[in-house]
Amino acid sequence: MGISKIWVYGETTAAGATAGTLELLTKARTLADSVEVIMAGDASAVAGELGAHGATAVYTIGDLAGALPGGRVATAIAGAMEAGNGPDVLLAATSYDGRDVAGRLSAKVDRPVLTNVIDLVADGDRLLGSTPVFGGSTDVVTGFTDAGLAIFLVRPKSFTAEESGGAPAAVSEINVGELGDTDAAVVKDRFVEEMSGPKLDEAAVVVSGGRGLGEADNYEMIETLAKLVRGAPGASRAVVDAGWVPYSYQVGQTGKVVKPTVYIACGISGATQHLVGMKGSANIVAINKDEEAPIFGIADLGIVGDVHKVLPKLIEALQARG
Amino acid sequence: MNVVVCVKQIPDPADTGSLDPVTKTLKRDVKLILDESDSYGVEMGLQLVDAAGSGEVTLVSMAPNAEVGGIRTALAMGAESAVLVSDEALAGSDALSTAKVLAAAIARSEPDLILTATESSDGYTGTVPVQIAELMGLPAVTFGKEIEVADGVATVRRQTEAGYDQVECPLPAVVSVTAGVVEPRYPSFKGIMAAKNKTVIELDLAGLGIDPATVGWAGARQEITTIAEAPVREAGEVIVDEGDAHERILAFLDDLKVL
Repeated sequence: MGISKIWVYGETTAAGATAGTLELLTKARTLADSVEVIMAGDASAVAGELGAHGATAVYTIGDLAGALPGGRVATAIAGAMEAGNGPDVLLAATSYDGRDVAGRLSAKVDRPVLTNVIDLVADGDRLLGSTPVFGGSTDVVTGFTDAGLAIFLVRPKSFTAEESGGAPAAVSEINVGELGDTDAAVVKDRFVEEMSGPKLDEAAVVVSGGRGLGEADNYEMIETLAKLVRGAPGASRAVVDAGWVPYSYQVGQTGKVVKPTVYIACGISGATQHLVGMKGSANIVAINKDEEAPIFGIADLGIVGDVHKVLPKLIEALQARG
Repeated sequence: MNVVVCVKQIPDPADTGSLDPVTKTLKRDVKLILDESDSYGVEMGLQLVDAAGSGEVTLVSMAPNAEVGGIRTALAMGAESAVLVSDEALAGSDALSTAKVLAAAIARSEPDLILTATESSDGYTGTVPVQIAELMGLPAVTFGKEIEVADGVATVRRQTEAGYDQVECPLPAVVSVTAGVVEPRYPSFKGIMAAKNKTVIELDLAGLGIDPATVGWAGARQEITTIAEAPVREAGEVIVDEGDAHERILAFLDDLKVL
């Protein structure tokens, strides 16, 4: 009994494997006999890192040459399954490309996907996934009822990446196969938006703004404060929906999960949608003028006050420190 | 240009909702509204049809009962008609089942472009758009921030971790759009009145040629093994700002040595 083979969809940046990938490998190696990675791009550049976190092999579909990875990776996995070399479980992070891979694969091989998973538990030879519902107040554990590939989309930060001391993963190429029209989208250009501070999901301090800021221009206070505390700016869904900041700033159920040392929520009431994304923070400071705001129910330091008064003073005091 | 926009009718997010203790699914006995996430796709579809100078926006939706409240909202914004798939066998449908049903309903009209939200506000799986694309044999661009269409090609700004990618994709294609990228119009009084007379085609699984055993509870092939209370986070100190709250925050941050 037990799960024999888990594949993790590997994602990389210029700096190496993403944190989400290494977190999944760390967990996967406690669950299965064999843990391998499937990815696009230069696998040899990250084989050491992947091996150190528990992968014994890494399969690459090669250079994407502008194609989107979802369909190609999914087709390669489906091909491996057909050839009898496929995994029992595919784990992908809930990322832009991770969702594309899981969705494409799901439809291609007619297997359901378990999404928004925050914990994985072995149950004999199957894997169960735990998912938060109702703003994280309840955890639901779900498993598949039949044999066949089990696909899980796991939220980043669900596990802590740790090295196992494994040898570099063995690199090999994997055949992609025919995609037809599904592969027709082509990336023509990539734009990098200037980011001076740390990334939202890696920052030790996150300063988030919500509807309580009143208007789009006031979001600047959040960015100023974030810069002063060497943190990252974030936002509630209301502010993203209003178009003040892009989707990539969103913290919450439909955005990013953050677990910084300190989370400072400014003008955020604490809808369940938001709490799911930040209640794992080590410390929470909340500023809101409504003393009944749910955010105060989980804040370590709650300030009942007007963000338009508190934030300028806080910014001024930090600037005075230099 | 003809655009299909997939819309979902969900319980009002202002209601917290609860699980049915027997079926272990979300209770759905509340009034359904248009998922706000979908209003961006509806608006974008209307703008693209306007820019093209011809064509129309058709809504495609799925609901276990024949609820149309949320669909009427999108019709009032300016969509021309809607297709609603309702069938008792759809109860318990997961993302893949939903995609199978939507793909079959979309395929009836052979649109140039299929727009969706990136994820619904209640299920938030985020996989339905690509599942629809795969089932229909189409390319997909997810997390679109901007779409322009010219000469049968969509140019999409796709959100990435670092910024965005400029992606070109021949039509027909599926594009999912993120929230906040356009300002959804408020339905006018005229629009609301007109919506009452717009066509909502109701289909069931038989009408789409879908085997009920492949969707709903049967198609999900999943079971909930446990439901448990998550650990509760304790509230700390709450103070009322007397003009010096910023000093308390500074002291708090100093104690944590993050500055």
